[in-house]
Amino acid sequence: MINDSLLVVVLAQAVLYGTPLLYASLGELLAERSGVLNLGVEGMMLFGAAVGFWVSQNVHGNDASALPLAVGAAAFAGAAVAAIHAFLTITLRASQIVSGLALTIFAGGLGLAAYFGNELHLADLPAAHQFGSLDVLGLGDLAVVGPILFDQSALVYASWALTALVALYLARTRFGLNVRAVGEAPASADAMGINVTLYRYVHVLVGGALAGVGGACYSLSITPGWTAGDTLVNGAGWIAIALVIFAFWRAELCLVGAYLFGGLAALPFALQAHDVTVKPELLQSLPYVMTVVVLVLVSTAFARRRLGAPAALGRAYVREER
Amino acid sequence: MIRLERRLEQPWWLSVAVPVGSLLVAFGIMGIVLAASGHAPGATYRRIVEAGFSGHGALSATLISATPILFTGLAAAAAFRMQLFNIGAEGQLYLGAIGASWIALRLGDHGATSKPLFVVAMCAAAGILGALWALIPGVLRAFANTNEIITSLMLNYVAGYLLTYLIFDSSSYWRDVSSLQARSFPQGKPMPSAAEWATFGSRVVVPLGFLVGLVAAATLWVLYSRTRFGFEVTVIADSPRAARYAGMRTRRKILAVMAVSGAVAGLGGASQIGDFSHTLDGSPQGLQAAAFGYTGIVVAALARYNPLAVCLVAVLIGGLLNAGFTLQGVDFPSGLVGVLQGIILFCALGGELLIRYRVRIRRRTSHVDAAAAEAAS
Repeated sequence: MINDSLLVVVLAQAVLYGTPLLYASLGELLAERSGVLNLGVEGMMLFGAAVGFWVSQNVHGNDASALPLAVGAAAFAGAAVAAIHAFLTITLRASQIVSGLALTIFAGGLGLAAYFGNELHLADLPAAHQFGSLDVLGLGDLAVVGPILFDQSALVYASWALTALVALYLARTRFGLNVRAVGEAPASADAMGINVTLYRYVHVLVGGALAGVGGACYSLSITPGWTAGDTLVNGAGWIAIALVIFAFWRAELCLVGAYLFGGLAALPFALQAHDVTVKPELLQSLPYVMTVVVLVLVSTAFARRRLGAPAALGRAYVREER
Repeated sequence: MIRLERRLEQPWWLSVAVPVGSLLVAFGIMGIVLAASGHAPGATYRRIVEAGFSGHGALSATLISATPILFTGLAAAAAFRMQLFNIGAEGQLYLGAIGASWIALRLGDHGATSKPLFVVAMCAAAGILGALWALIPGVLRAFANTNEIITSLMLNYVAGYLLTYLIFDSSSYWRDVSSLQARSFPQGKPMPSAAEWATFGSRVVVPLGFLVGLVAAATLWVLYSRTRFGFEVTVIADSPRAARYAGMRTRRKILAVMAVSGAVAGLGGASQIGDFSHTLDGSPQGLQAAAFGYTGIVVAALARYNPLAVCLVAVLIGGLLNAGFTLQGVDFPSGLVGVLQGIILFCALGGELLIRYRVRIRRRTSHVDAAAAEAAS
């Protein structure tokens, strides 16, 4: 059966493992397009994962009612911690880089997520609800494309819709154009009557919400449950930030990058299942090494033109100082 | 109406008062969090102070926690001063530990017994390996303009897997394969006894590594505030363009600063081997559990990237970490210390505003002011 072949399994897993990266990188994309770099993605994902899992454990009812609630709670959790970053960088004009790092330390595997998980005894609970695969239109049995595209969870299908939505939003709507103006030239946007502060707040919060959903992909779908420490997300937040650069700040390219790195993350498990023996550490470090390689390729090729990077990225906007 | 005016001169006392103030505010906020989750804040703080500082033997234990974050804090401060965000101190510390344990085992095999020789060799090997590991993101930043934040962080994971590989998944030079038990429960080779670093003092035990850290801090302070190198670093941090027009070699500075930062973090790895673990611990509960690198960023930011202040802050945060270890249990949940660190960092960042800006509160713009502004323009 071709659907059991290593290639198809890896590709199907690439979509599964790429989905949290996609959510998180789309969120980071929105924040960065408005001019705010948020390095706290890893922390927001972990906190979202913890809160999402907690809610899914405590809602009585079937999967159809519990899981949307859990994802919503994860989004809310991500947005709530992103609000700290927004306040510090937009209102108090703090360094976006250090504030983002602070957010990861605060919310991450040794901080709020661990505190929350520990206080509510989430560790190693069996998952009451989890996203199962949804066979769309009975196409799941199709050769090759079936398992890859039509036998995934609802989170995966939703992420495709979201990618299209974000791409259209930025390219075709007035609000999207305004965001790009805010990210490229906040002073001009301000002069046009666009509320720079409001736009930045909204997009940082939405970015945090999407990172939270990305985290929930782990605790509700990929490895249902909660483990103490930062092993659940394990650097995916940082890879998502790199993906935004790799995608030249464009939503549709985030999708490509997410599945590429999803494939790298899935490779060790797939190879193990097929009895291919490679040193596990070598395979496990592959996504991180590849992130570095890809970043180098992208930055050497486009360093001069800074293709796609919002011109005001990383800088606080102060009306009087322009 | 609240207005922020940029200060032309920053009074010196503010750079002391603001970090102290932000610490106090952070403890206040944490008190609310504690009370909200059903822990008595007063009692918890009293236990932290006792376990971290005032209790019997607490200060000695605090210095053990403070030593690694002194090194990683200095590493972060050294790089962040040039707006070079090396967050790879974690991985550079692992590489330092790998280098220090290699040279110590080698010297042991050759029958060396001189303690000073071990200390110097371990520090040198750790510094070199830490610097080389930091130079990977450094070279990429200098020559390919690659974002050093992400590359240095990614290399932390790679270094972690390298550590696991050396002890768990290979028959490397570092792994102990002398007995059957050691073969089935993988562990690192024990260091020769001459590689155990000395300690000083009896009531408060000061590890040698902490003193090495103080020396490193003093050296960094001289380097950054008393030499041409430090001056150029400051100029590059403030305005890369001005530095280039003045003929400063920005690329060389990036490489040099990354190497210095990595070397200092590497020394932290040597101290872990020499002072405390006496073996290369590749397990998830070993070197990798404590996240020294990230805590170092908190230390550096609270010290406002001043190497001398890093020493003080490292002891302070070290006390907090130590209290976290000792008190961990039902009414002192894990994660508390991380949350507190995050809040401290947030407050320190918010406090920066007060250092850079003067906050003016006015009811409303009076006619006199408006007229004065008009006359001035």
